[in-house]
Amino acid sequence: MAEPGATGALRAYRALLGAQARSQAAYRTSFVVDLVGNMGATVFDVLTVLVLFGVTRELGGFTLRETLVVVGLSSSAFATADLLVGNIERLPRYVRTGLFDAVLVRPLAALPQLLLMDLPLRKVSRAVFGLAVLVFALASAGIDWTPGRVALALVAPPAAVVFFAAVFVTTATVSFYWIDSGELANSVTYGGRDFTSYPVTVYGGWFRALFAYGMGFAFVSYHPALALLGRADPLGLPAWVGWASPGVALVAAAVAALAWRVGIRHYRSTGS
Amino acid sequence: MGSVTATVAPPTDPNVTRWFRTFGAIAASGFRRHATYGQAAVAGVVTNTVFGFLRCYIFLAVAGAAGTVAGYDRAQLGTFVWAGQGLLAVIAIWGWTELADRIRTGEIAADLLRPVHPVTSYLATDLGRAGFASLARLLPPVVIGPFFFEVYLPRHWATLPLFGLSVLLAVVVCFGCRYLVNASAYWLQDVRGPMILWTLGSGVLAGLYFPLGFLPGWLEATLRYATPFPSLLQVPLDVLVEREPMPTELGLVGLQVGWAVLLLALCRLVQRRAEHRLVVQGG
Repeated sequence: MAEPGATGALRAYRALLGAQARSQAAYRTSFVVDLVGNMGATVFDVLTVLVLFGVTRELGGFTLRETLVVVGLSSSAFATADLLVGNIERLPRYVRTGLFDAVLVRPLAALPQLLLMDLPLRKVSRAVFGLAVLVFALASAGIDWTPGRVALALVAPPAAVVFFAAVFVTTATVSFYWIDSGELANSVTYGGRDFTSYPVTVYGGWFRALFAYGMGFAFVSYHPALALLGRADPLGLPAWVGWASPGVALVAAAVAALAWRVGIRHYRSTGS
Repeated sequence: MGSVTATVAPPTDPNVTRWFRTFGAIAASGFRRHATYGQAAVAGVVTNTVFGFLRCYIFLAVAGAAGTVAGYDRAQLGTFVWAGQGLLAVIAIWGWTELADRIRTGEIAADLLRPVHPVTSYLATDLGRAGFASLARLLPPVVIGPFFFEVYLPRHWATLPLFGLSVLLAVVVCFGCRYLVNASAYWLQDVRGPMILWTLGSGVLAGLYFPLGFLPGWLEATLRYATPFPSLLQVPLDVLVEREPMPTELGLVGLQVGWAVLLLALCRLVQRRAEHRLVVQGG
């Protein structure tokens, strides 16, 4: 593969992004409808939590204000990751239709191309709303702000974004092996989003162990929220675990990169 | 050119058995068509199972130490969640854009030439699909759930047949809603807007994200009587867990019948209006 220089590649990526932005803005009404609709999905997620707290005072030992910190961390991070790399969900279709072959023969890395070929700007609204929920939750939870907690509040959300992005990429690589796997990836991506929207004390048994610690979802929102709120973990993990989220995110990113490389090497065109 | 109704007039032959035979044949082909997507069904069951675990744990946490919430005990919540995850695929609440796609591409013209009304033929296909989904998508979560959670088994003999009827009606009601959303393509070409509204609204208002009983009483009642959404999931699931006494349940299923009839009539009306203004795209 003839690798273009770094500036050349950058210019190519910028051209891809610009074309995307122009084409999406061309149909203005559709774009506005999409913006509103996408925000609606996250609004309903938050509404669901409010409805649940309408019939109970606490969920897994957490009050509404405490739970909202968990929800804010989860939904802002998921929405941002979905905006940046969520389109990788379409990989099964690209593989099936043969579009992925075209991507591979171009002298640019495959993953950034796929992401920029269809960057869903409509999902911006959702990420902004998620961030608003997070800011509101942090402001209203009565957090005793120390320099350390301020730092954590700044580091944990991007770490969670990296983690979700890694999950999106890792689950999408399944389609290199199993083309009809579309919905399967949802069970981990959207399942992970729902899982991280509630304190992990809500769940139980091996299911909690698998999602929270086996896949690492507990470090997205639950443990950082505990550290921010200054609460001890009812499940008995030490307080410093709340600070582990950037490390866990890096590990997840490494796993995703490895899975992607192995997956691409395994890829056989469907020949269509 | 004057406007022409494209749908061929139904045969005046009063032979009802022939109508049923045609309907049955189309339904059977719908069943076979979906039975070929085996891998997708397996992937779907895995996803439903994961969400079954998530929702079940969350609702049980809401029930908390008291063990009951909004008239559901822990076992009833278990049945509500696991049967609900299966029903989701049976009514095919999301992702059906076939009609809209055919309208946009002009392929709808072929449907209009057939001697079966499009609403009837699409309904038959959908019932066949639902039949396959009842086996491949409803049974697995219903079997898996009890291994991990307490579930409620109906006590009254009439509950199961009533549940079956209620599910059938839910499929028809859901089909009617989806047909109307898709049919907006006759006017809009791009159905993304109506489709997004439907996807957002149907999940929340049908009782998927939480049983509608969690809402304030006046809001639940309004949704139940003024919108078709609870007829999609909430009603069949409430029938299954015997949340209400039998006469009330019969009334709720009656309400479903009303919505099914109303929506199918509306579908036919919309279809007729659309055919008067339809310009098939392409050459």
